[in-house]
Amino acid sequence: MDGMTLPAPTIGARRSADAPRGWLAVLHDWVVTVDHKRLGILYVVTAIGFLVVAGLEASAIRLQLAWSNLHILSPGTFNRLFTMHGTTMVFLVGIPFVFGFGNYLVPLMIGARDLAFPRLNAFGFWILLFGGVLLHFSVIGGEGLYGAGSAPAVGWFAYAPLTERAFSPGNATDYWNLALLVTGLGTIATAVNLLVTILTMRGPGMTLGRMPVFVWEMLTISALTLIILPPLSAAQIMLMLDRFLGAHFFDTQAGASAVMWQHFFWFFGHPEVYVLALPGFGFASEIIPVFSRKVLFGYATLVMASAGIGLVGMGTWAHHMFAVGMGSPLNSAFAASTMLVGVPTGVKLFNWLGTMYGGKIRFETPMLFCTAFLFQFLCAGLTGIMLGVVPFDWQLHDSYFVVAHFHFVLIGGLIFTLFGAIYYWFPKATGRMLSERLGHWHFWLFVIGFNLTFLTMHVPGMLGMARRIYTYPAGRGWEVWNLVATLGVPFQAIAVLIVIVNVVVSVRHGVPAGDDPWDAWTLEWATSSPPPPYNFAVLPVVSSRRPLWDLKHPDDPDAPHE
Amino acid sequence: MSSAGMTEPASVNPVWRGRAGMICLLVAEGSLFAIFVVAYLFYIGKSLSGPYPKDVLELPLFNSFCLLSSSVTVAFATRALRRGRMRRSGGWFLVTLALGVVFLIGTAREWYRLIVAHGLTIATNLFGTTFYAVVGLHATHVSLGVLVLALLSVLAFSGALRPEQVERADLAAWYWHFVDGVWVVVFIVVYVVGR
Repeated sequence: MDGMTLPAPTIGARRSADAPRGWLAVLHDWVVTVDHKRLGILYVVTAIGFLVVAGLEASAIRLQLAWSNLHILSPGTFNRLFTMHGTTMVFLVGIPFVFGFGNYLVPLMIGARDLAFPRLNAFGFWILLFGGVLLHFSVIGGEGLYGAGSAPAVGWFAYAPLTERAFSPGNATDYWNLALLVTGLGTIATAVNLLVTILTMRGPGMTLGRMPVFVWEMLTISALTLIILPPLSAAQIMLMLDRFLGAHFFDTQAGASAVMWQHFFWFFGHPEVYVLALPGFGFASEIIPVFSRKVLFGYATLVMASAGIGLVGMGTWAHHMFAVGMGSPLNSAFAASTMLVGVPTGVKLFNWLGTMYGGKIRFETPMLFCTAFLFQFLCAGLTGIMLGVVPFDWQLHDSYFVVAHFHFVLIGGLIFTLFGAIYYWFPKATGRMLSERLGHWHFWLFVIGFNLTFLTMHVPGMLGMARRIYTYPAGRGWEVWNLVATLGVPFQAIAVLIVIVNVVVSVRHGVPAGDDPWDAWTLEWATSSPPPPYNFAVLPVVSSRRPLWDLKHPDDPDAPHE
Repeated sequence: MSSAGMTEPASVNPVWRGRAGMICLLVAEGSLFAIFVVAYLFYIGKSLSGPYPKDVLELPLFNSFCLLSSSVTVAFATRALRRGRMRRSGGWFLVTLALGVVFLIGTAREWYRLIVAHGLTIATNLFGTTFYAVVGLHATHVSLGVLVLALLSVLAFSGALRPEQVERADLAAWYWHFVDGVWVVVFIVVYVVGR
């Protein structure tokens, strides 16, 4: 091991070298950086910042809904809050988390020096950040000519014709449109970058079949992004033409279709869920084997399941539209494809369970989060299958049951594994461990708070509570459920506060981690913590899916067993 | 397990880095165009008022001939570059550029006629909306290609472009072929199916 790691300056050492130059010089270094590791960290820090903003918005929403007939927020403010919450969480939290970890980990995992196009990578990050700033600038600049609105209030999927000039005057909707067009450009650029890196820059012996599953997931979602994000951009360009040049793409008065935007949006919006969830599966596929002390069970099926989810996932979008009257043939086709996409997802659950089965499991914080993920994501999958049944969807469409479902998908699928990933890879990025004690507090508070809020939320949905209503009358039996859901918020807020404190404190005062604190097997643990700017001075030749196992156990290499 | 030292791993071919990047870009572009084409196809015959395509659209045959033949001339240009014949290469890049400009002038004349003679703008009806969007998006891509071709011509004539850089010029040619390919689709959808 020591022969491979480098006598390289660590980030800590560089910081002390930077110290006399002052914070301005350090800031300058971070702003002009094209290093994938620094950009990865910038992405994740950006995501955490927007997570706090969108989390506060959600807290305000929950406060307003805690009991019947509350008037803490005005209806207009409520609309703006759920629009900004949804938009921010998807485009400025989920996407930068996913592409930030991809940025940091993919080159290290495949033994590359950097991404294929480092400057394009920096462009992708900064344009995403400025897109996010533009979206939030709407709070100040969205007033427009008619004094209507400040932040956009059209929902995160911004259905046209609601977004047409006639129904959404002012500039708020244009901020939504332009900001997402711009962040989308950055996301496409980064997806191209990751695809090219994975396809052309793998280290010696790193065949496709030996790549870590996380890299496979990033390959899948980058390809998916290339196909699904331009349609959103196209639809947004159309909307812009409508709003600024008087075109009629979504103008029903001129004979246009009222559901065309929905088709275009969901052709992006549904696969986008997989873009956010598959990297979560990637985190779990890296963490669960290491903490079960076993080889991942069914590598090939897991990889094929990801590709299957990517392919089938592009043909399920209209299950968001069962209630618009597409007719039975289309409804049935999309119900069938929705059922179908559950199959590869189910395969993956058995991969992870099979990995844990008979393993010597260590329940440290990353593994705690991944174990909880299995349960939470199973719930999400089951309610997903239920909503894929057309008549069931008609009953519960646009209800809090749906809201509960997709929060289980995105929090259960992405955020749980992502918290695990933060505890797992933080030592690699900083050279210091996060506190396990705080980690356990974070985990239990978050699990309790999440289930108080979102498990409970299924019930008012089934009792008929529609989403996006700003308040509701008494006597429908919704109050207690909503109160419990709101009571879950402080648990989650404190949990997020704990992880932020943990990160801030541990980055300076954490226990030194060493290069390979978890006794793991993938290439990123073969270099120092934090890795030097050039990642590897000497690359090991990879001959199996666990190059570090081979290195630690030359008497029992993996290759003959694969 | 052994160490490979500092040598570049065998699987990495720097040429393919650029090629893969261009292919990815073109896939994304294709997806962008596909949505505009779908919108055009879906709105054929749905305009509530005139002018309608059959009344005002003429087949842009000369225009199409120019653009499609420019795919051949750009191939001549990169072939000459590969063989180190710089002036010839620059010349073919210039011819390609000229054909692209002729195409753009043709589009401008067509739009002028539609707007002034027939009163068709992007705000007139669904046909105008989808027509200007699709043809305009394509023309934007042609304009971008023309800029790249102008750059390549200048570089070739000034001697800054060298034969060993042909792989990069090839990427520009791929983009140009893609723009041509999209025109075939646009031509069929707008001027054949939609008329």
